[in-house]
Amino acid sequence: MRVAILGATKGMGRALARAAAERNDAICILGRNDVDLERSAADLSVRGARGSVGSVACDLEKPELFGPAIDEARDALGGLDAVVVTAAIFAGQEELEANPELAERLLRVDFTNTVLFCEAAKKALLKDGGGTLCVFSSVAGERGRKPVILYGAAKAGLTHYLEGLDHKHRIDGLRVVTVKPGFVKTSMTAGLEPPPFAGEPDAVARRVLRAIDRGVPVVYTPAPWRWIMAVIRSLPRAIMRRLNF
Amino acid sequence: MPETPLSTLQGWGRHSARGRERLGEDLERMSSEVHLSRGLGRSYGDASLPPDDQPDVLNTRFADRLLGFDEGTGLLRAESGLALSELNRLFMPRGYFTPVSPGTKFVTLGGMVAADVHGKNQHRDGDFGDHVTSLKMRVADGRVLVCSPDQHPDLFRATIGGMGLTGHILEVELGLHRIPSQWIWQESRRIHDIDEFQDALEEAAPSWPYTMGWIDCLARGATMGRGVLMTGRWADAQEAPPRPPKRRVRPSLRFDWPAWVLNGFTIRLFNELYYRKQWRRRSSGIVHHESFYYPLDAIGSWNRMYGRRGFTQYQCVLPREAGRGSARRVLEVLTKRGGASFLCVIKDFGREGRGVLSFPRPGITLALDIAIRDDTQALVDALNEQVLQEGGRIYLAKDSFTRREHFEEMERPRLDEFTAIRDRWDPDRRFRSAQSVRLLGD
Repeated sequence: MRVAILGATKGMGRALARAAAERNDAICILGRNDVDLERSAADLSVRGARGSVGSVACDLEKPELFGPAIDEARDALGGLDAVVVTAAIFAGQEELEANPELAERLLRVDFTNTVLFCEAAKKALLKDGGGTLCVFSSVAGERGRKPVILYGAAKAGLTHYLEGLDHKHRIDGLRVVTVKPGFVKTSMTAGLEPPPFAGEPDAVARRVLRAIDRGVPVVYTPAPWRWIMAVIRSLPRAIMRRLNF
Repeated sequence: MPETPLSTLQGWGRHSARGRERLGEDLERMSSEVHLSRGLGRSYGDASLPPDDQPDVLNTRFADRLLGFDEGTGLLRAESGLALSELNRLFMPRGYFTPVSPGTKFVTLGGMVAADVHGKNQHRDGDFGDHVTSLKMRVADGRVLVCSPDQHPDLFRATIGGMGLTGHILEVELGLHRIPSQWIWQESRRIHDIDEFQDALEEAAPSWPYTMGWIDCLARGATMGRGVLMTGRWADAQEAPPRPPKRRVRPSLRFDWPAWVLNGFTIRLFNELYYRKQWRRRSSGIVHHESFYYPLDAIGSWNRMYGRRGFTQYQCVLPREAGRGSARRVLEVLTKRGGASFLCVIKDFGREGRGVLSFPRPGITLALDIAIRDDTQALVDALNEQVLQEGGRIYLAKDSFTRREHFEEMERPRLDEFTAIRDRWDPDRRFRSAQSVRLLGD
């Protein structure tokens, strides 16, 4: 597989890129910080990525870079089989309410700009006759919940967009994989008390890679979150209103 | 971000302190704000715990990238949070292994440098630090720099075995060893008393790259120090089974055992059975390296066996000059006080480490796992007094009870050199740990 990954230097993106490297995939990583990209590229190389691991400057806050960055990645890899997006901003509800600028930035990055990036990726993939677009949304987008109102709203929008994209373009050979992680122990969630069924990034990576290979449209990870969310989705509003999670 | 509240941080022996771990991938950025690092928390005592007045500690385990590997020479450069388990997983299939491995694989590169860990091949290959070619560090004045035997050699030597007190270790460069397979040819042999043990280890040293012994600490009198000597070497490709062993489910202790479970009787029973297991005078065979190196890693959170109060491991080295009988005298201190050690390990050391405060030196080392009771402090004091008489010293990676006076007496004049180097690199003593407060008076 020839895969471009936005967000491969940290957390679940890092774990996913490593899992791909260890099975000898060709990888190009996209990100903000040159030094960080270079170090991650070295890591993936030593772990067994095919050829030299490319790195391309890209930033979810700079939509003008999306098209050119994806083209550059495509050239570096000699074609694209998959594009993965794990990058996003996370912040809790209290923090966002106290800081409207951060709230605006989060909504823009996690929804508008992620969608714009996907549009650019879609174009590039379709040019090559299809492929897989795998994007990390969140279980936070399943239901309006008190601790993640804004973040959840952005992710809900993203999930909807990705579903529409999948319906429209399956026939063209473009498969869209929406990943909905539950609680995963990464630097993003460091300092939070892990709930039951918290997952490890490596296990998430293996599961997502399998889903990419098979074109599974929706992946909950760790697996039990599929059932947890099924319950949460079916809770009446009167109960939801009383819960604080 | 709102400041996260303090939580309880623990060493492997369950010794604890209030603190706050900073976790993240970007060690270089994060290291400028904090003055102590910890990795996977496998040091037994208080070495990785922050002092009361400085609760923040950097956790390195997300900084685990490989930065370069030379297939020809085996030279590896990586971020300091890389776990040995990961290094083994990635490099053993390529025919490389860490030059020195401690008894658990759940340690980080940075931790292995800071404790200058040793393994079953100490008599032949020295300590982990002997195979480190350079370190990238953030020191107390905020600079990020590289040290090695040629660049800032004083900092390099003080950092190896320096328990994290010289600065943050950001990157480690070291040489891996070539191995012919992932399997070990092991021979084990019954030993009848402690003096025979000292002789047997010495005899085995020239012909075996890996040696160590397990002692039944409860046997007294004529059979004191009876046990099993284990020796090993890498199996070559012809001897080794074609496939790695099946991955077994790793059981884990889910709760703290009540304190009464490990009592005189159960400890005696375990030790007796373990000794009887080696019913043949000698036995040999091929075993996977994991069961040879990391038998205890097979059970997750095995430290919970000791209950909520936890345990301490007392490890000392007795110099060769102390002669035959030194190990017997130390064990006698334990048995006279009725102290029971669940697990007791003996091993010979062949050479001194290169770090200013490296633990190993030529002689014999004893490691005793002791459940914490009300009299543990008195027991450790008594053991330390005997070790002082033998001219020996203790291992900081295990310690949480040694008194400052004892430590100073064991470590002069090395401690003076360590202090002088710290004065140069960290005159304000920014880098401190609960252990350094206790032992160095920081």
